[in-house]
Amino acid sequence: MRNSTIYFDKTYINSFYTSVGKLEGEGPLGKYFDTINDDGYFGEDSWEKAESRMVKNTVSGVMTKNESTPDDIDMVFGGDLLNQCVGSSFGLKEYGIPFFGLYGACSTFVEAVGLSSAMLSSGFSDKNIAVASSHFCSSEKQYRFPLEYGGVRTPTAQWTVTGCGAVVMSKEKSPLKVSGMTVGSMLEKGVCDANNMGAAMAPAAADTIYRHFNSGKESIDDYDYIVTGDLADVGSELLIELLKKDGMDITKKHIDCGSMIFDNSLQGTNAGGSGCGCIASVFCAYFAPKFMNKEIRKALFVGTGALMSPTTALLGETIVGIAHGVTIENEV
Amino acid sequence: MDISNKQYDKMVKKASPPSPVIRNCILAFLIGGAICTLGQILNMSFEALGLEKIDASTCTSMSIIFLGAFLTGINIYDDIALYGGAGTLVPISGFANSITAPAMEYKREGYVLGVGVNMFKIAGPVIVYGVVSSVVYGLIYYIFLR
Repeated sequence: MRNSTIYFDKTYINSFYTSVGKLEGEGPLGKYFDTINDDGYFGEDSWEKAESRMVKNTVSGVMTKNESTPDDIDMVFGGDLLNQCVGSSFGLKEYGIPFFGLYGACSTFVEAVGLSSAMLSSGFSDKNIAVASSHFCSSEKQYRFPLEYGGVRTPTAQWTVTGCGAVVMSKEKSPLKVSGMTVGSMLEKGVCDANNMGAAMAPAAADTIYRHFNSGKESIDDYDYIVTGDLADVGSELLIELLKKDGMDITKKHIDCGSMIFDNSLQGTNAGGSGCGCIASVFCAYFAPKFMNKEIRKALFVGTGALMSPTTALLGETIVGIAHGVTIENEV
Repeated sequence: MDISNKQYDKMVKKASPPSPVIRNCILAFLIGGAICTLGQILNMSFEALGLEKIDASTCTSMSIIFLGAFLTGINIYDDIALYGGAGTLVPISGFANSITAPAMEYKREGYVLGVGVNMFKIAGPVIVYGVVSSVVYGLIYYIFLR
């Protein structure tokens, strides 16, 4: 059988930092974020530049927190939802850090953390940054309609999070050890509805979680949480049901960042949050500090992505889901 | 994961909350109706001011288009449309919104390749098929009814 779960040797997350938009700041997790920007433009004059600025500010923030300069960082792994990954590349260009631009849709953050860990673990680098971002306005413009266009969202639609999360990683010991990764496979189950991303991604998440716990080493009871990225309300329900069919019950351990970040009924965000910035910002703001103060000992973070473009949607192609999982544990 | 696409589709349908159709219809009726009532009031006012019937109608359309575009410009139309749905989409103000919104969004990309190219991104199909169907209708009229 294919080996898709890898274990890392002494790789740690040392610092973490988040920037989010106004709506996220007003949500249930508002008090946890490092910076909340009331100006959706982040002081720029276009949505694309705004996203790049957010990435730049977040990476600057995490380096400051880590007391590092760009010269101390060997590699940066980053990605976003924009065409050609311009959110990250334009945001990071001034730092001059060797850069891997990643696209895993909303699974990008976990993909970045996993690949960064692999580089550290193999000794090819000593200190890396992993970062992922999404911006509601730039995503709407690219994937859906212009912002001011009057339309009604379906109850299953999700709201792209305006947010960015960045981590500094190294071999220096910390309470956040990245101990392993289960690499996601692309999986589709015939979902074409771009307004039901959670349903499109749930099978991939179920597959990754199933494989993770069937690699023989660990059981669900060893984990405090199984955190998914942005399945939101509809996708989470499907994930739990799919895994139950395979004889795995994660009901008590599962929590989804897309369902946590907004108060859907109050904030009008329908099924919940989505986007690369969803798990990135919720992980850095909410979960990472809980490892620091030992409230969480071990958790699996599953970034869930929907691989599609506006063109594939028009061509009638189905949405392909992907989900990468990383295990983070506090060994200290 | 041993589950067919068909089985999964059933699960998805069960898990996905349906659109509140009755609520949407009532809101569309009320908000769309309000826009049309405003149009009627404007029409009667223009006539009362002494405009011919056809000129009054033209002025009414112009006013509603202006209002649709203006409310889009000050970021209000989409908030009304969130509740109005088809009620804000179908009247001519919705058409104005569908042209103003992309024009605003793509202004930063320049007046020719930004605004010019993208302005009719949403309204374009309406114009294309509106013109095509009027040609077909014109031919039918010319051949059979003239």
